[in-house]
Amino acid sequence: MSEHPIQFKRVQKEESALFDRGTMDYIHRASTTGLYEIRGLGAKRKLPHFDDLVFLAASLSRYPLEGYRERCVTKTVLGTRFAKKPIELDIPITIAGMSFGALSANVKEALGRAATAMGTSTTTGDGGMTSEERGSSKTLVYQCLPSRYGFKPDDVRRADAIEVVIGQGAKPGGGGMLLGQKVNPRVASMRTLPQGVDQRSASRHPDWTGPDDLAIKIQELREITDWEKPIYVKVGATRVFNDVKLAVHAGADVVVVDGMQGGTAATQTCFIEHAGIPTLAAVRQAVDALEDLDMKGKVQLIVSGGIRTGADVAKAIAMGADAVAIGQGTLMALGCNRDVYFQDGQPVSAEADYAALGTQAGFCHHCHTGKCPVGVTTQDAVLEQRLQPEWGAKHLKNYLKTLTMELTTLARACGKQDVHHLEPEDLVALTVEAAAMARVPLAGTQWIPGWRE
Amino acid sequence: MEGLTFDLAKTGLRELNQYLHGSAESLAGKEVLVTNPDGAHNIAVGCNAPVKVTIDGHAGYYAGGMNQLAEITIHGSASTGVAENMMSGKVHVKGFASNGAGASAHGGLLVIDGDAGLRCGISLKGADIVVGGSVGSFSGFMAQAGRMVVCGNAGDALGDSLYEAVIYVKGTIASLGADARLEEMTDADLTGLGELLQQAGLDHDPASFKRVASARSLYHWNADANQEY
Repeated sequence: MSEHPIQFKRVQKEESALFDRGTMDYIHRASTTGLYEIRGLGAKRKLPHFDDLVFLAASLSRYPLEGYRERCVTKTVLGTRFAKKPIELDIPITIAGMSFGALSANVKEALGRAATAMGTSTTTGDGGMTSEERGSSKTLVYQCLPSRYGFKPDDVRRADAIEVVIGQGAKPGGGGMLLGQKVNPRVASMRTLPQGVDQRSASRHPDWTGPDDLAIKIQELREITDWEKPIYVKVGATRVFNDVKLAVHAGADVVVVDGMQGGTAATQTCFIEHAGIPTLAAVRQAVDALEDLDMKGKVQLIVSGGIRTGADVAKAIAMGADAVAIGQGTLMALGCNRDVYFQDGQPVSAEADYAALGTQAGFCHHCHTGKCPVGVTTQDAVLEQRLQPEWGAKHLKNYLKTLTMELTTLARACGKQDVHHLEPEDLVALTVEAAAMARVPLAGTQWIPGWRE
Repeated sequence: MEGLTFDLAKTGLRELNQYLHGSAESLAGKEVLVTNPDGAHNIAVGCNAPVKVTIDGHAGYYAGGMNQLAEITIHGSASTGVAENMMSGKVHVKGFASNGAGASAHGGLLVIDGDAGLRCGISLKGADIVVGGSVGSFSGFMAQAGRMVVCGNAGDALGDSLYEAVIYVKGTIASLGADARLEEMTDADLTGLGELLQQAGLDHDPASFKRVASARSLYHWNADANQEY
């Protein structure tokens, strides 16, 4: 048998690292449609994250708490700077802002019920406050967004805190998006939009520009609420050090920093994957800003963007966050990307519906289509029935309970009677990147790349 | 009518606003005079009762912000965001208004006797705005519902990305924004505009106005339209 070049099959099928199959698919799709890709959820690429940190738990040099017996406090107070009625939560894990429109009313109700059962807060989103959410959520944070869809003084007054949204981790610098198939009559009416319109929200607030204006806007919200309610300011993580300082100068009680892994119901993929900085780097910069202003502990910091586990929560708190906010994780607790949905407790396969979207459970990011196979991110009258509020609330409560137990497990192992006593000194990094971003030493060394005292 | 005066040279803004947040029953029919406003921000924000508020001088940012039911008159000019997010009632600026006047207002009537700055009626959600003078660029930007009347001229990019709001302009329009177009005045336009002008106390012939509304070509994604999304 003669040797012919064609027999060297691996040479014939050498994949390009630059133009890999995903990139080629991207180009083929772009050349077919002439429109950028839009999808839901957050960054899918691998980024430095909390997984790249580990705890230096107690041993001889530190004393642990009895893991199953000794008390470990999780109580969290937000908005102590100016508000007469700060937010008091039983756990430092809150539900991130997600709109009615992106999510169904059933989901909003499930979020509220679970949060109330766990003593934490939920947050509205672009599109106003639903009665389902207000009714079910004991502590409700009301977002003031650039679009001001459904923003009403009566709802400002019945909220427990106001969150002025400057940006979102998934798309800092961009406005929201809700495609026509999700703009059903109720959503359209709440947002004062024509039914079925492809809604593209504003990215700038209509009545203020820049931090000096924001200070006056915050004062307006304080005056309207008679200085009772905490005012949060939420920023998408980009120039975090400066943005947090400006938010504090503008009078925020609480700053919410949303890293680039944060989710969205719909935006351009190029935005999700290529704008903003990882949550890990964002927390460090936000804490630096608060410390620089001597505002650590006076202005509270909520961190969001890819928080999934109790370990993520513990690490964010150890780095200096007062609380975290979770969006995508809560939706997954409600069944997002699960192969079944539940009707009266019985599992029903959703696989055919995933297939109809060209995907399968575990890979789905089709929130923008409104055809969520498990009834979470939909406004369809039939699909939304797939998420029953009671079932959802129970599962989300379990998820939040699990995270809280994991959080206190790690805190006790580090010898802390209060989860807020976790500190950067409890952490080391597994990668050079994470060590530099989080500014903790690489494990087994005292090396923090790029850091000079 | 029972009168009450808040002299902002002596009394804090918080006291004024807290008084104005009293129950609708306690405030109904009351008249409140605000003297020496001296450009203070956030005067009479969050009113929620049929109270009459007269501001004797210039107001800063967000005067009458988020107003519900109250009738607020500013005997002077107003800074950025006057009557922003108003739900109902009336705000009347006797002088000029700065940027973002009536931004995102859901209902009620905003009257500006003089000119208004940039982005007048931005994100309008159902309120009516009548400007006796001219408006700056990007007025009516993304206006969703409601009506805006400009008795003078309009700046550049008028009505950019309009939804269902309608703009009437008597004078010149420097340029129309994306998806905004001139349309014929209908009988309903003439009647409605006549009523609005009357409510604003302005004497103009409705037939001398042009109607600007959305061509609705940006309502849905369309790759072939070469639209800049």
